[in-house]
Order: sequence, then C-alpha cells, then structure tokens
Amino acid sequence: MDELYAEAHHWEVNTGGETIHAKRMPGKWRRIKWLAASVWLIFFLGPYVQWNGRQAVLFDIPNRQYHLFGVTVLPQDFWMLSLLLLFFAILLAVATALAGRVYCGYFCFQTVWTDVFTWIEERLEGSPPQRRKLDKAPVDARKLRIKVLKHAIWLVIGFLTGFSFVAWFYGAGPLWRDFFVGGANAAVYASVALFTFGTYLLAGWLREQVCFWLCPYARIQGVMLDKSTVVPAYDVARGEPRGRVKKGDLEETRTTGDCVDCNQCVAVCPTGVDIRNGQQEGCITCGLCIDACNAVMDKVGRPRGLIRYASLDELEGQSVKPMLLRPRVWVYTAILALALSGIIYGLSTLAAIELKVLHERAPLYVQLSDGSIQNKYTLKILNKSETDLKVEISAEAPVPLTLMGAEEPIAVKHGEVTPAIVFIKIGRSDLDGERLPVTFVATTQLPDGTQVSAERENAFFGPSR
Amino acid sequence: MAEHNPFPGENNTGHFWDDNIRELNNPPPQWWMIALWASLAWFILYGILYPMFPVLPWQSQEGGGFTKGILGWSSIKEYEQGVEQVEEVRAQYEDQIAGMSAEEILDDPGLTQYTLASAKVLFGDYCSACHGSGGQGNPGYPVLADDNWLYGGSLAKIQESITNGRKGAMTAHKDVLTEAQADTLANWVVEMAETQGEGGSDAGWKLYNEKGCNACHGAEANGVLAELPDGSIVTVGAANLRDSIWRFRPGGYESAKHTILYGVNQPGVEQTRDAVMPAFGDAAGSLDGKLEPDQIKKLAVYVHSLGGGQ
Repeated sequence: MDELYAEAHHWEVNTGGETIHAKRMPGKWRRIKWLAASVWLIFFLGPYVQWNGRQAVLFDIPNRQYHLFGVTVLPQDFWMLSLLLLFFAILLAVATALAGRVYCGYFCFQTVWTDVFTWIEERLEGSPPQRRKLDKAPVDARKLRIKVLKHAIWLVIGFLTGFSFVAWFYGAGPLWRDFFVGGANAAVYASVALFTFGTYLLAGWLREQVCFWLCPYARIQGVMLDKSTVVPAYDVARGEPRGRVKKGDLEETRTTGDCVDCNQCVAVCPTGVDIRNGQQEGCITCGLCIDACNAVMDKVGRPRGLIRYASLDELEGQSVKPMLLRPRVWVYTAILALALSGIIYGLSTLAAIELKVLHERAPLYVQLSDGSIQNKYTLKILNKSETDLKVEISAEAPVPLTLMGAEEPIAVKHGEVTPAIVFIKIGRSDLDGERLPVTFVATTQLPDGTQVSAERENAFFGPSR
Repeated sequence: MAEHNPFPGENNTGHFWDDNIRELNNPPPQWWMIALWASLAWFILYGILYPMFPVLPWQSQEGGGFTKGILGWSSIKEYEQGVEQVEEVRAQYEDQIAGMSAEEILDDPGLTQYTLASAKVLFGDYCSACHGSGGQGNPGYPVLADDNWLYGGSLAKIQESITNGRKGAMTAHKDVLTEAQADTLANWVVEMAETQGEGGSDAGWKLYNEKGCNACHGAEANGVLAELPDGSIVTVGAANLRDSIWRFRPGGYESAKHTILYGVNQPGVEQTRDAVMPAFGDAAGSLDGKLEPDQIKKLAVYVHSLGGGQ
C-alpha cells in the first residue's frame, strides 16, 4: 500500500495551473525542429507564387474553382480530395507507428507557433527564471512595456497567420488591395479575426494545454504506438539508480547509474513532463530532452544516449523487429500507394469537358404522328477548360436515329455547366425492343487545336410490344 | 461546526460532518467564470439588438408581442430582402423578355434557358394537373410532348390556346348511325390509325363522307380543313385520323366507337366526352385572368420545347 500511495503522491496532472517556462538548449534535435518549422514559411509565402499570370495555388470558393499550378479542379473532381485526406491520415498513422508523434513534435502548427511565441517571450523577458520572476513582480513601467510589446508581437503574428490563410482563398493581390480599405467581405474579416485571436489564444496562452486536453490527434496517436515504435526514451537500465555527482566521488567506484538527476530533461520540456517516467500522454516526442541530456553527459564525461530515440523492445533488450517485417508497415504503405495512385490517375485524366445525360421520365417516350418514337434528353455539359468552348453533340445507337436540337454547336462557358435539350427519334419499324442503348458524344476543339470528347451512355425507350 | 480545524491548509470552509466529511472551497476556474459572465453579457446584448423578450398584453400598446430590438431585424424582412435579390437577378431577363415575341426568345439560347427554367414553375402550377408534369398527358387530356396538335403547334397557336382556352365539339351520332354503321366507322378509324391513313376500308370512307365527318375532320381525314398560302392550316380542333395518336385514351375500337356515338362536349348527352381547356388569359370567361401575357409567352416557349413545337 505504501508504494501505491507514494506513486499517487508522485502523480501530477498538468492542468495549466502553472505556466511551463521551458529552457532552450542548442542541439541536433533543436536544429531539426527549426528546419521542420521553416516548412511553414510556405504557408506565409505560398500565396505570392504566380503561375501563368495567376496565383499558383488558389482555392476560389465563390467561383468553385480550385487552381493548383496548371490544373484547375472543379467540385466535380472532389473525390480526389477524399483520397488526399486518406493519404495524409494514413501518413500520420504510418509515421506514428514507426517513430511516434513526430508530427506533434516537429511539424504541428500548435507546436511550431508555440515554439515561436515562446522564443519571442525569451527574447523579451529573458531565461525561464527571469520570466518566472517577472510574472511574480508587481506591475511597473518596465514590466508593462515588456508585456505590452510581447502581446502586440503575438497579435501581429496571429494576424499574419489569419491574413496568409485567407490569401490562399481570396488571392494575395486582391486581399492586400481590399483588406485595409474595408473592401473585402464579412467572411474575410471574420476569418482573419478568428485566426488572429485563435492563434494568440492557442499559441500564447493555452500552449501545451492544447496537446493535453484539446487535441484529438494527440490521443489517437498515442494508441497507435507499439513496443517497436521508436520514441525518445530514457534508458532506465543505464540511468538508475540516479544520483547526483558529488565532489570527490570517483567515476570508477560510483554505485549510481548514469543519470545525474540534474533535471535538465524536465527543464527543457515544452510540455513539462519528466521523460524518465516513461512514454506518456504529455510527451510530444520533440527530442529536446535528448539534446539536454547529451549536453550534460558530455559535461560529466559519460556516453551520450541516456535519453535517445529507441523502441521499448530495444530498451528491454528484446530483439528489434526490422521495419519491413512489421505487417502494419505493409498495410499502411499499400493504402498510401493506393490513395496516391488514385490522385495521380485523377489529375492526369482531368478531362476538359464532361457530359451528363438525363433522360426525361415524364413522358418516358412519345409517339409522333408518323408513328415514330421520340425520347427527350437533357444534356449537361461541363466546361472545365480555361476558355469558352463550342461543343458539338452526336449520338449513336445500333439502329438509325435522328438527333434533333443539336444542329448548332452549343456554346459552353468555362467553369460552367450548360444544359441543352435534345430529342432522339427512331422509326417504329427500327425499334426492336423496349430499350436501346444510346451513346452521346460531346466533341470540342481546345484553343491549342487538340480535339477532346466526352462520352455518356444512356438509353432509348419505346412502347412494349 | 468544529472550533478546531482538524484539516488545516486544505482550504475547507470549516463545515464538518461525521469527523471527516467537510466542505471544501473549490471555486470554478477563472476561465470558466469569465465564460459565464461573457455568455451573460452576450445574452443581454443580443436581447437589446435583436427581437427576443416576450411582452405581456398589458405591457404594450399592441397588446403583447415581443421586444423588437434596436437593429430592427426581423425574419420576414430578411426573407423580403432575399426575394428582392432574386427579383434583381430575374429583372434583367424579364425586362428583355417583356419586349420580345416568343419566337425571338426561342432564337436566343440564353433567354430560352432562363424562360424554360422560369416557365417550369408556371407549368407545374397551372398546366401539370391535367397535362402531366412533363406534358405527358392524362386520360382525356392531350399529350403536349408529341407533334400532334389539334389547334396548331406554332408558338402563336399555343399562346392562343393558353390565352383563350379551347373547347372542341363533336356531334353525338347515336341517333344518326345504325349499330352496323357505327361499327364500320369505328373499325375504319382503327384501320386508318394503324396504317398512317393508307388502309381505311372503302365502306368506311363512304360513310365518312356521307355522314358529314369530313366537314370537321377534313377531306383527307387529317383534321385539316384548308391550307393557307403562308403554310398555316385551318382547323376546328378535330382530330387527325391518319396518325396513330388517340385523342381519347386508351384508343382503339372501343374508344373510337364511344366518341362517335356520344360525341364531344355535347350538352344533354350522357357519356359525352369532356374536352375543355380553360382560358388563362384576361379574356371574358377566363379563370379571372390568372396569367399575365408575359407568363403566357413564357409558357408557350416551354410547351413548344416539350418535344413537338412547330
């Protein structure tokens, strides 16, 4: 029982009662963290990239056109989006299975923005002890100046975040032109405001609390780990029993483990956990404790890697399963490949025009004065190309037919669906059943001279005999 | 209540029961309280800006109702604004259509598209009850999607039919024809229909001309009385007997014989065929002038495009 109580006493849940002021130490993983974070510059600078005289990537929601460099995707091709989402979801899963919460630790916007915000805090307020002191100090001119400046900078970053986000949808040029003179619409201002305060609140105030209590990914990712997942881990066998280095102790005769109980791994942790307690929900596997521990080990002359990227199997001395022998790697890879090939197939076969045919149902067919049977069809021609097109319609069936209503080519504006009503007439004697297959073909010539066509199968109905 | 606090330093209120049960002072977190007060402020602000609180009968001049809010917003106003927006979009087309003939509309693909979409609603409201949602007709009511027209299938004729209505007439022949003669004629009508007018028996043709059927159905039995130099035709709405389309379903011998014996729209004749198209225009005897001329114009374009316009 005593052990249980000791454990219970030791157990502490981070509920944000105290701000985590993490120490910053240079190192390999710190560098990697900055490198990964810098990928987010694309988010800020991407909207300014031009392609063929237009913003390279623009999600034009009002016009329902999504420009990705040379490709324009319309809502009709949105099935590719679901594949893309599948791809990233599985990528998250496979990354987690192999190396834990790498997304959380290096790339997640919550982590990156918080990291930048605390970096600014450190520039302005100083090291963690100085910050704690400043927090406790009474408000004076200096504290006010520092705090106001810090929050102002945070808000500016928040604003830039919102502004850049909206630029992907509104267009960077028009946004700069309209935003500051009140010319953009309410949705734009609302989005920017939401992002500004959301960023300020989440990265400035809530920080690791988001990872602890708000983020569903954090919880999902945690359960996808297994014993062969490589995560930052404390080598218990090597480190324990931990003990402080005392002056005069000889390295050769010490009875303690390698851990010198300096608490540096806890001091640098942005979520305030103690990695020596093992893998836990608060750990975003950012590797900063590895940097800290290695620096200390160098100082005391013990080998590096007391805290290192290792799997549970490895730490327990079990044989480490090669990556390629793990079935989940294969399953995940197969799904990834499938989703990716679907997207590539979709993007490479984006047709310039699309044809849909709706058969009139009331009446299904009519008999004409000369005894022939007529069916009515509504064609919907979608022009996915960049220019307006003239589309010619033809129809084929196993028997001779007359197509009416498509004598003139149909003008179809780019990015729009144009309906056209056509009729097919088949002589009564030619009709050899209640139902005949009919194939409609829409043909057009693109400005560069290439001929493209779209086919659609439908049916011709007649009276039963 | 205990004078001595056996659990110091745990922030209790000093209320104890059974030695160790005590009330702790654990206030809700600050963010929670902020959210509570913010919600309350929101509620009050909302109540000032928007209609919200009920007003009891003795509290207001109008005898009840609700507070109106200082923004003056109401759902009916929002609806009216929405309608205005739609009308604005429609106006640019409607203005064009107002000054055009039905033929001119049909020559403009964009306007035709608008007209078809807008007239679809009119057709659903005023026409489909009898003629079916797609003009497929109903027993007793003609198909509008075929190319068979009793009164002509040009835009002008269709407009005329909708505006003034139509009422056909055919004499009842039950007292004029013997049973055998009625039989012969009914069989002849079927023969004509099945052979596109080529196979009618001579006995039938003889009766057709003798009994005066040709006065309305025409010398050729195609419903045409005369063809004018401009290509238009003169009819009284009598059916074309040379095609295989039946005015009164299901068609065939029984249908034909019934129509011959009892006629169409004959007052005082039981079992006579009813065939009345009401007038929708502003003319006398219309259904209170239900449709404006522009609406009739749009409907004419719609009906013309159903499949058999001429």
